[in-house]
This record gives sequence, structure tokens and C-alpha cells, in this order.
Amino acid sequence: MPANSTLVGKKPHLIIRPPKKWVPVDFHELWEYRELLFSFVSRDVKVRYKQTALGFLWAIIQPLFMMVIFTLFFGGFAKIPSDGVPYPLFSYTALLPWTLFAEGLTRSTTSMVSNAGIMTKVYFPRLVMPISGIISPIIDFCIAFVILILMMAYYGFVPTIAIVLLPLFILLALATSLAIGLWLSALNIKYRDFQYTLPFIIQLGLYASPIVYPSSMIPEQFRIFYGLNPMVGVIDGFRWALLGAKPPEAMMLVSIGVVVVLLIGGLFYFKRMEQYFADVV
Amino acid sequence: MSDKTAIRVDHLGKKYKIGGPKEKYLTLRDAVVDSVKAPFKRFHPISPIEEFWALKDVSFDVEEGEVVGIIGRNGAGKSTLLKILSRITTPTTGTVDLYGRVGSLLEVGTGFHPELTGRENIFLSGSILGMKRREIEQKLDEIVKFSEIEKFLDTPVKRYSSGMYVRLAFAVAAYMDTEILLVDEVLAVGDAQFQKKCMGKMGEVSKGEGKTILFVSHNMSMISSLCETGILLDHGSTRSQGPVEDVINTYLNSDQIGNGEIFFRERLPGDKKAVLHAARIIGGNGSPTVNVQINESFFIEMEYELFEDGMHVGPNLHIKDMYGQYVFTTGDSQLDYTSSLKTKAKRYISRCKIPGNLLNAGTFYVGVALTSINPLHVHFYEQDLLFVTIHDPIEGILTRGEGYSGSIPGPVRPLLEWNLT
Repeated sequence: MPANSTLVGKKPHLIIRPPKKWVPVDFHELWEYRELLFSFVSRDVKVRYKQTALGFLWAIIQPLFMMVIFTLFFGGFAKIPSDGVPYPLFSYTALLPWTLFAEGLTRSTTSMVSNAGIMTKVYFPRLVMPISGIISPIIDFCIAFVILILMMAYYGFVPTIAIVLLPLFILLALATSLAIGLWLSALNIKYRDFQYTLPFIIQLGLYASPIVYPSSMIPEQFRIFYGLNPMVGVIDGFRWALLGAKPPEAMMLVSIGVVVVLLIGGLFYFKRMEQYFADVV
Repeated sequence: MSDKTAIRVDHLGKKYKIGGPKEKYLTLRDAVVDSVKAPFKRFHPISPIEEFWALKDVSFDVEEGEVVGIIGRNGAGKSTLLKILSRITTPTTGTVDLYGRVGSLLEVGTGFHPELTGRENIFLSGSILGMKRREIEQKLDEIVKFSEIEKFLDTPVKRYSSGMYVRLAFAVAAYMDTEILLVDEVLAVGDAQFQKKCMGKMGEVSKGEGKTILFVSHNMSMISSLCETGILLDHGSTRSQGPVEDVINTYLNSDQIGNGEIFFRERLPGDKKAVLHAARIIGGNGSPTVNVQINESFFIEMEYELFEDGMHVGPNLHIKDMYGQYVFTTGDSQLDYTSSLKTKAKRYISRCKIPGNLLNAGTFYVGVALTSINPLHVHFYEQDLLFVTIHDPIEGILTRGEGYSGSIPGPVRPLLEWNLT
């Protein structure tokens, strides 16, 4: 035995075998690699803002400008109703989780291809990549949230007791972007087309979600189908928690159900495809 | 399997499908012979096969503290083996048992981002390689000292010189604290001084810290100085295992891979009219070698014998890269068949000068052939007879951009004239 060996008693024993088709998610391992997750998120955030003159202000500019344009054209000229809430506040409350979702989805979908170099040289549970994708926009979200608080104060909106549910809806938004991100990132490795479907999905989602208009505008008989868009649940949830809008109904349950199904399915699909990633990327 | 086994590989196999990355295996017999006529005829491209086994039934044990050198021609499966042991790719058959944590050093600068500072990259790269934050903090001073970048620790890495970059990248990986270390040819970067430092560190890590190391390289002198045992891979299977010197000899003497020089004593390649006696690569100092600097010229020599007078033969060389792809073929265009000097029945030494700054850094295989022109007839064609490794010390090499230390693709890297107005 070597003189200054640190091996005492039992050494970690790892067995490598040809993989089975369906591999369960190893949550324990993911927890072990949490520091790596933090490193990736930290890298992405730092790199995003280094050498930019405006730095973190970019986190606010996107939702803010969209809010201004929407207020002008949809709220102002088109006179779209906003459930009794001032239009700027109405749209901004939705833009916040939407941006969190859209950014998270984009980053997690492209995460593996853009980190192809690392993926072919080092082992780590591949799930770390799409997960890091949905976490880094949280920083931007927090910065933009400050503006929301200011706006609520300006319009004199005091949150109701429903505010305690806000963290749940934030989690729901993250779960949605991860759920779709898992599917797209796994597919994207084999078929690079998928990263090009992203801008399309996001644009479609922007209008299929109750951002510029309230979900109350959707006729009764279509509500359940409308709820198939998972972001419906998230946005209505945000409006309920923050602005005291009407409490949720069956539609929200449909949204939540869709997220759960997509997330579990996505985890399975991702793990199924994981063994091919390094060979194909 | 003893109590002190660190790695146990059992009937390991890896199958790749069409277009499997890197390990493309392209030869069909006829097309190969056709290609010998290339200097005289148009070359036809060959089609890849559908699916192939990069590793086939590989089994071996590695004891704790053992340093094993894995050698073999490219395409033999060495990198695939390391990738499977590093869990980057999965095996098709067989199992691997690893006792101890595994650290993989498959590339220099894994995870480095140019916008981040040296310090930030140390933490990032260390984290990617599997080190915990606390561990990196403890080793930070040592890493900085080894890489000699104290002054530039908080400057973005994109501002580093090429030498600084590789030093830092290697330093981070060198301080990985795992029981098992897998190293893939990364010591081939950097200048001579840096290579010496790396070798020193590797020796320290194996003998001083007792780590188990698997080391893949084409550099036989590095292998023999660092490793005690060797494993020779050939076409995905283990050809030889045992004391490193024996394995190296098997590699050099078998399968017609010459260490700078190869002699044929019995069964000389050729036919009734011409045979090949020897072939060698001559370096700058006039003696056979396998290592050449990228900016230096070298000679490829072939010794052959003609048995008839009046033959019109042309010696030609076939240079391929390490993936088996043709880089170029060349034949002696100055042969004067009217001169009886060139066509008597006797032994000849044909020498071809390969200029410096032509081939890119890397390992190339040299095939040697002798062809009669009228009628077209190949007397011998010994494929991949010799190999030569072109080294790029990075600093002071004109064909690199200023301060660029990354890999430059392509089989050739010529120094050409540029004009700016």
C-alpha cells in the first residue's frame, strides 16, 4: 500500500455495464453533483453579463419594453380588457413568469449541444445540463420582480393572502420549462432541427397564453382545452397570488396535470436517450 | 481478482454504427491496391462500412498503484476504452469494476471559458472534473504555483498566452485527488520545458501518491519511463499485456510498425524483380527517429533491390493520417530512365525530403511502394510501415496565430505567403 494513501477500509466501488433501455433517475447522484450544477449556473450568469455595459439591467429591459408595447397597442388601441387591473400591471405580471419560462426553455434545450465539448470529455449526470438551463434565468427573474413590486406599490395593489402560493407557481413555471426542455434537448442532440423550432414555439406560446388578454376571455366550452397549455395555469396562478384575481378553476388543474405528465415523460425519455448523447453530439 | 484490484475489465466490447465518430474504419482490400496506382491514375474514394466494433472482448486487471500504458495504432480502440472507463460512453458488452474514484484527463482545459478569469476557470474546470469547492480552495495556491500565472490570476483567460493556457489547464487537472487517473495523450501539448514538468508531476503522482494510472500515448519514450506495465490494443482487441518494455517491443516489431527504421531479413516484400530491404525515417541529426518538430524537414528513405537490368521503376510513398485517411502520395519524378545508373540490377536507396511546415502536428503513417510504369505493376506496397509523430511545441511556431494554443485541424499545415495591401 502506498505510504500516504487516503484509502481506508472500503473504497467506492463502481460497476459499468451495458445500459438497460429504461434507466431510472438517480436523484442521489444529482444531489452529489449539486456543486457542479451551481458552477454551470454561475458560469452562465457571469458570462452573460461580463463585458456588457448595462449588465444586469438587461434582465429588466425585455419584460419592461414588452409591457410598454403591449400596453400601448393591446391595452390602449385594441382596448383588450384586463379583468379590472390596470393594463401595464396586468401584462407585466404575466410577462415575468413567461420570460422565466421562455429563457429557461431556450437555455436548457441548447445546453447540451453548446456544451458538447465538456460532454465528450467528462462524466457527470447529463440531467445537470437542462436543469442548469432553467435555473440561471431565476436571477433575471428576481431582478425583474423588483420592478413588479414597484409597480404594485404605484397602483396601490396590496397582495392578498394568496401571495403565499406564489412560490408554488414559480416552481410550476420552472417545472414547465424543464418538462419541455427535457424533451427538446434530448431530441435536439440527434436532430438539430429542434433548436430551430424553439423561437416558433415561444412565439406561438406568447399568444396562446393569457399574457396580453385575460383567460376570462376564453368562452366556457373551450376552457378545458385552453388549459392544455401549461403556461395558462402558471400565469393565472401568478395573477391570483399577486393581484387577487379570481381563484383558479378546473382549467388550472388541467394545466398542472399536463406539466406533471410532460415532466415525468421527459425524464424517462431523457434517460432513455442519455446513453447515446456522447456518441452523437 | 485480488483485494488490491483497482480496475477490472471483463469482456468489454463497444459497437459503433455508421459514421461512428473518429473511429471510422475505411479499408477494402481492392481499393487499397487501387490507391497505390494513385500517383499514376485517378483515385477512387472508398465507402465506409455500416457498423463496427471499436472494442472486442477486452479483459484485463489493474492493481492499485499500477501505472499502465495503453498503446496501439490509432483506430485500435484506446480512446474508446478510456471513454468507457470515464463513463462518457456506454459499453455494448462486458463489465468494468472500478474501485476508487476516477478522474479523467482526456483533454487540456476541459470546460475553460475564455471570458472568465484564471481563478474562475480553476473553480469551473475543477468542478467539472469532479472536485468539490472546498478541495479546489485548498489546492488553489499549489495550482497557481505549478502553472506560474500568479500575476494573471484575475485576468480573463482569453488574454493568456498559449503557454499559460496549457499550463493552467494541466495544473487544474494534475491536482485532481482521485484514486484512479485516466490520461489520454494530453501530455503531447506544450513546449519541451512544460512537457518535462508534466512528466515530473505524473511521476510524482504515481510513485509518491500511489495512484492507479492508465496512460494512453503514442510516445513510446513517455510510456516506458512512466509505466510499469503495458497493454497493446490492435483493432479493438488486446494483443499483448505485461511488462511495458515487452509490450512496446511487440508493438514495434509486429504488424510492420517500425520505430523509425525497419529491416526485412526473411520474406522480403516484393516479387521476383524487386524487393524491399528496409525503410526508415531520418530526422535532423541524420539518424532514424519517430519524432520530428513541425517546422523541421525530415527524410523518408527506402532501400530496395532490383534483380533485372533496364527496369523502369518509380518508388512512391503514401502518407496517411492517424484515422487512415490519405494525406498525400508522392513519387520520385526525377527518375531518368535513359541513365543506366538508375536501371541496373542492384540495391538502391531512395530518399525523399519532406519539408518542414507541411504536415500538421500529429501521427502519420508512411506506406512504401515500388511501381513499374510500363506496364503498370506494383512490386511491393507495404502500408503503414512506419509512423512518424510531428510535434508542435506551440511557442515560436510560425504557422500558429499569435497566442493561439488550441488545436489546428487538417492533415497539413503549410507555411504560405500572404500579401496585404
